[in-house]
Amino acid sequence: MSDEGKPAVEMVDIQIDGKWHKVPKGTRMIEACRQAGVEVPHYCYHPKLTSPGNCRMCLVEMGMPARPRPGEDPPQPDEDGHLPISWMPRPVIACANTVAPNMGIRTESDLTHACRQGVMELLLINHPLDCPICDQAGECSLQEFSVEHGNGGSRFREQKVKKPKNVDIGPRIRLDDERCIMCSRCIRFTDEIADDPVLGFTDRGSHTTLTVHPGQQLANNYSLNTVDICPVGALTSNDFRFQMRVWFLKETESLCTSCGRGCNVTIGSREDKVFRMTPRENNDVNSAWMCDQGRLNFHYLASDLRLTDPLIRVDGKHEAATWAEAIRVSSEALGRCQPNEIALIASGRMTNEELFMARRLASVMKTEFVDIVPRNGEADDYLVAADKNPNTTGAKLILGIDEPGKALEEIRKGIAQGRIKALVVLQENLIDDAGFTAEELGKLDFVLHTYPLANPTADAADVVLPGAAFSEKRGSMINVTGRLQRLNRATDGPGQTLETWEIVRDLIQALGGGNGIYLVEDVFKQLAAEVSEFEGLSLSKIGSLGIPLVETGETVPLLAREQERIAKGIIVG
Amino acid sequence: MEVPADLEKEIDERITHYPVSKRSAVLPVLHALQHHFGYLSNEAVEWTAAKLELQPIKVLEVVTFYPGFRQSAPGKYHIRVCRTLSCAMAGSAELMESLCESAKIDRSSVSHHHPIAVSEDGQFSIEFAECLASCGFGPVCMVNDDFHEKVEDAGALLGKYRD
Repeated sequence: MSDEGKPAVEMVDIQIDGKWHKVPKGTRMIEACRQAGVEVPHYCYHPKLTSPGNCRMCLVEMGMPARPRPGEDPPQPDEDGHLPISWMPRPVIACANTVAPNMGIRTESDLTHACRQGVMELLLINHPLDCPICDQAGECSLQEFSVEHGNGGSRFREQKVKKPKNVDIGPRIRLDDERCIMCSRCIRFTDEIADDPVLGFTDRGSHTTLTVHPGQQLANNYSLNTVDICPVGALTSNDFRFQMRVWFLKETESLCTSCGRGCNVTIGSREDKVFRMTPRENNDVNSAWMCDQGRLNFHYLASDLRLTDPLIRVDGKHEAATWAEAIRVSSEALGRCQPNEIALIASGRMTNEELFMARRLASVMKTEFVDIVPRNGEADDYLVAADKNPNTTGAKLILGIDEPGKALEEIRKGIAQGRIKALVVLQENLIDDAGFTAEELGKLDFVLHTYPLANPTADAADVVLPGAAFSEKRGSMINVTGRLQRLNRATDGPGQTLETWEIVRDLIQALGGGNGIYLVEDVFKQLAAEVSEFEGLSLSKIGSLGIPLVETGETVPLLAREQERIAKGIIVG
Repeated sequence: MEVPADLEKEIDERITHYPVSKRSAVLPVLHALQHHFGYLSNEAVEWTAAKLELQPIKVLEVVTFYPGFRQSAPGKYHIRVCRTLSCAMAGSAELMESLCESAKIDRSSVSHHHPIAVSEDGQFSIEFAECLASCGFGPVCMVNDDFHEKVEDAGALLGKYRD
């Protein structure tokens, strides 16, 4: 993004813990500290939400230049132009106050330490000490700040307040009110971001209780974001709770592939099993959020239906084979076909690298019949895109498809007329998802199919190959706004699963087209050399937040509203 | 719950006092409803929310904050016994006990969330209240809108109201 044309932001000098820094005028004190590399502990503050300033954890000391008394000489600046700071006797909250010229902030002083200790003591009075069985343990702000700012023991000898536990507040979320520290992040999220204000505090006072209105539910498609922003274990995900201690999870930066938005995610996995996906902040794609539907769409990775071995049909029955055998059988069958007797159907769920190998394969097989299966659904006014394929943009660019699905009709006609004799189906279930029939596929001399799961198309195929799913591959995709982003491998696929680019590479090699590709990076290198949009790029240059690659004219409704709120100063962003 | 036309008219008029934000009218609307119905049912909360174009939870937050709003039906005569310091020292706990005995009210199910107990015949209901502002004349209590100071004989007090 270019900053040209924007008015220059006025910078102010502020002193943080004795050192002077320059920050843009209007910056919140807490953000100024963050920019200076100083952490101010906080619970209720979230840069994407309004700041009610209710947790008081971010109290810091603040000072300004003293105003001279009448008749007194004004204070003299030092050689750097800074005036001496006169400190206020009381602390201020850093989350809701903005910096001013020559302001001083002390985040480490006897007063701030006493404030934090006091807040911690009060928060822990009624908080159950059930960390060993709490799902948030290991990623709990209350736990972390207890280590840094808490007391060794408790002075509290009375009864803790009892509140509702294990409350079913929505189809995907459970609430433990005793753990709630009343930061109100979840309430603000449902009010301000999800436009579904069903949460609130009742019985304010010593019995303050987070709740949904009787008969209502926190059921919107963004509800699980409240679990992410809950600083403690009050809100937990039904799907993830008690499944795995978070400190055992390996975190891999990747993408959600459930629609064309390409929300940035962190995949939490252990020993080749994915346990959860959480949104990863990217202010050009998904802000800090993702939809519940995409978030929970990973359980099929561990399905019993996963294909684990290459299968070859012998006398009408699929038998497990080695990769070498499966590739040999496939290349022999495909090699017998004349140009344009083979059709190749790839998938908008494949990475750019896989699509590029599919393009190579099409040229080696000398076929013009190439398409992907379009997947159109409904968009919402937040993040969900109408295109349910995560990489339609990449497929159009690399395979040269203008209108996904258009050639499918041509291919079906060709099959019916007997002109097309063989079909290579990469990562698509034609029977369930593209309206093909088993009879149709039965007419063909040869069907090659790669897919992660057993499915009706596999039943009709001559060779079935286990193709990796999204968490099992490294590569890149281009989202609906034209942003090039990277998937990273979090888990290994089951059994002998291979990534589709590897399968296609081996097939091309067997068909006589040697290619010198060993790594996915090699594929990208060749892609960058052949497709002009990728020129000069490499997989590592994409970085963890992606880069804008092509203009599609699509915008993200949720981001547009976020920008508005930032411009009005309602949120930091 | 059926809100009579004249009550709704009165409520609509009260809302006009808050031209900037209808949400500000939530207290006067709730007062009017409680005055008419005796308490605020879930239906009343939802009616108020619809009236003020709010989510019901935002109204429930207000209802549960103020002890002056009741979520369950009181008796014909609602008694508030002061329990703040002066009255407590002057015997408000004993007064509560004798009032309950005389009115046959069982307070065993009273809790923070359900502060009101009602007699079996529905004649009387009772709850503790904070300072009723007559600290020199404790123990004090209110029966509906009547104020009573230095209450010593619970039976005599209730006798004034018994049908």
